[in-house]
Amino acid sequence: MKQISLLSRFRESRLFWPIVAWVLILIFNAIVEPGFFKLGIIEDPIYGKHLYGNLVDIFNNGAPLMLVSIGMTLVIATGGVDLSVGAVIAISAAMGAVLINPALGNQLITNDILTRNATNTPLLIIILADLAAGTLCGLWNGLLVSRARIQPMVATLILMVAGRGIAQLITNGQIMTIYYTPYFWFGNGYILGLPVSIYIVAVVLLLAWVLVRKTAIGLFIESVGINAKSTFYSGINEKNVKLFAYAFCGFCGAIAGLILSSYVHSADGNNNGLNYELDAILAVVMGGTLMTGGRFSMFASVIGAVVIWTFTVTVYSLGVPANALLAAKAVLILLVILLYSDYSRRLMNQLFERRGSQHGTAN
Amino acid sequence: MINTKNVVNMLGIAKSFPGVVALEDVNFSLRRGEIHALVGENGAGKSTLIKVLTGVEQPDKGAIELDNKFVQVRSPQHSQELGISTVYQEVNLCTNISIAENIMLGHEPHRFGSIHWRKMNEMAQEAINRLSINVDVTQPLGNYSVAIQQMVAITRALEVLSAKVLILDEPTSSLDIHETNLLFDVMRKLKSEGIGIIFITHFLDQVYQIVDRITVLRNGKLVGTYDASSLPRVELVAKMLGRSLTELDAISKVKFQEEEKKDKQHLVEAKGLGLTGSLEPVDLELNANEVLGIAGLLGSGRTEMAGLIFGIDSPDNGSLIVNGEKVNKFSPLESLKRGIALSPEDRKAEGVVGDLTIRENIILALQARYGWFKFLSTPKQNEIADNYIRLLGIVTPSAEQLVKNLSGGNQQKVILARWLATDPKVLILDEPTRGIDVGAKAEIQKLVMQLAEEGKSCVFISSELEEVLRVSDRVAVLRDRKKVAEYASDVDDKTLIQTMAGEL
Repeated sequence: MKQISLLSRFRESRLFWPIVAWVLILIFNAIVEPGFFKLGIIEDPIYGKHLYGNLVDIFNNGAPLMLVSIGMTLVIATGGVDLSVGAVIAISAAMGAVLINPALGNQLITNDILTRNATNTPLLIIILADLAAGTLCGLWNGLLVSRARIQPMVATLILMVAGRGIAQLITNGQIMTIYYTPYFWFGNGYILGLPVSIYIVAVVLLLAWVLVRKTAIGLFIESVGINAKSTFYSGINEKNVKLFAYAFCGFCGAIAGLILSSYVHSADGNNNGLNYELDAILAVVMGGTLMTGGRFSMFASVIGAVVIWTFTVTVYSLGVPANALLAAKAVLILLVILLYSDYSRRLMNQLFERRGSQHGTAN
Repeated sequence: MINTKNVVNMLGIAKSFPGVVALEDVNFSLRRGEIHALVGENGAGKSTLIKVLTGVEQPDKGAIELDNKFVQVRSPQHSQELGISTVYQEVNLCTNISIAENIMLGHEPHRFGSIHWRKMNEMAQEAINRLSINVDVTQPLGNYSVAIQQMVAITRALEVLSAKVLILDEPTSSLDIHETNLLFDVMRKLKSEGIGIIFITHFLDQVYQIVDRITVLRNGKLVGTYDASSLPRVELVAKMLGRSLTELDAISKVKFQEEEKKDKQHLVEAKGLGLTGSLEPVDLELNANEVLGIAGLLGSGRTEMAGLIFGIDSPDNGSLIVNGEKVNKFSPLESLKRGIALSPEDRKAEGVVGDLTIRENIILALQARYGWFKFLSTPKQNEIADNYIRLLGIVTPSAEQLVKNLSGGNQQKVILARWLATDPKVLILDEPTRGIDVGAKAEIQKLVMQLAEEGKSCVFISSELEEVLRVSDRVAVLRDRKKVAEYASDVDDKTLIQTMAGEL
């Protein structure tokens, strides 16, 4: 009996559907491409021995999206949306690249400067500046939404468009290549054989969980998302709750930008974090948070992000060309929407209930 | 008998929604060239009746006669084709295009396959001149006031849709006196042209200013249709509230034995507190150990007053003194810290957070006072929630039940629990018993009196006079966004009704 109740509790939790989706994709891979799960250990000249394989890549490459999904979860839970996270990633990446590159300003950039493998700015300052820039972007969005009372979609659309311009301004309109080995550690390094980015996701997720669930912030966010007016009447400053959610989302975008630019060794205002906002929204929806706001689970959103990256890697490994990826993703989105529709939910529930009652009579 | 004078006859209309009977066997008739007021408190069925007439809702029973022919009004559009037009409080026209375009939309004169602009402007100008209004029809509608926009809507209804029946739904609630008079002039003119006008309003002054007949609805039932000239205002209010005057005369009021009142301590003092367009300056004192009842019809400013004291809106007039200190920052959070609580009028939209559990709903205000980081531990939350579930008798299997699944009365108790958990000194209850069953009603009334006995100051707002008189030590009466009188608890219903109606 206890096992059944545990099972039904799991089925009702937000983690159920994204995990089911993930397992389905993995099973598909196991059948179609037996080599998909192969893991090996390789010796890297810089980072030493570490694991490699598709699964490792999924988590390593998917880390920026997972981070953005954590922040996006909070924003969506307040009943909003942040379309600018992709642009925030680009700003953060540009910020990092510029601070590393000694050729700030109008100085002619020579090969000599670029290959010095050194930085004008201590790494800690670079990280802090990155995070500050992202958080500032988030605060800007939050102010537009909570104080100026602009529709979230419109308010964040401003930075979505302007952000990439800002990123290019920071890098003087160029794609900046980064030559600074310590910076590469975030996107390419390993701790105990596992990618650093996985640890970063874990730490940020834990931090967010403590910040949101061990304080009243989580309750306030959910309350605002369900009924902002009642929340206001209860004495909660619903404006500041929204402000916090957007600022935190910007903060997550900044970390994502840091990892992404470290991974590709460059900052490109036009392409860093392109379409990440859409993937993040998809991840959050997969995680069972309603677009209208309310109850949320950041962990479920992270699993949603894992599903998206597993899907992406699967599509590539099937030999689908990169430019057809978006079309393939559209199929995934369609499946998710159908799976999450009220109708299919009801169908599933009936199915489970029938089986449950059979169990009952058998006992 | 065929009544050729009537343009509309609604016969035995009934309409139910899941769980509510909105209309029960209601008859309504509108004559040609008549202004007919439709009045009643919230939930009386006014809007449902109009929705049935305009085809928004289909009646469960009953028939509609238009020009002595039975019709089935299939949709709002169909009702327009039949000659029934509605002008709402919020004008649904396009403010960014010209008045002429608004009037003629969909019926523009054409020449050579495109709109004949000059002719269209001429036609529109001519149409609007008939209402004796002086505007330039080529200007964007948004350049003019709401009153003019309503005139444009009326013009469109008459000219383009050739309406025989015009429904004006709360048209004056956002108009000033001058604009209201302008609208009334237009209404009189239309009346003389033989158009039947249904006028829905909660301003009784205006009813008597302009209408010929009055139909009163209460709780979905027809109370009656009366000639305005033969129905005294007091009787109208009595009918709206469902008391007969003779009955009221007969009641010998049980005098409350005035207790030895403890030192009257002004917890809250409002001096000329007001907000332009919402509440005219009000003087009010709230004392410990006392229930202050607020009587007033819908739209009398009772909710606005509660909102100002609690800090939903900031006043632009007068001052509010709480515990001897003048209030400068108005917000629910500040009020909460000062010990003022409000159980709002609209339980669903402003009170409960439906998808949160009972426990979360109860601790919400207390947690708001504690702030973001001093989070009540789960055992503490459970303790508070269980305590109030027991204390107020909230019927639920557990504190983890979602509030949206509770009945109205239990939801109301959850909101009360939310505020009691913060241990407020002043508790303002706006319609705390609306739409809940008799048993829960009595419990809440008892609770309010008990709280006052324990030293709290309670403000009890209700449209049910009986209830206000039962629980209150003092009664303040509001009318037309003004406080007009204050009585001791031994006031009788009749005086109250007369005050509410503006005859005292």
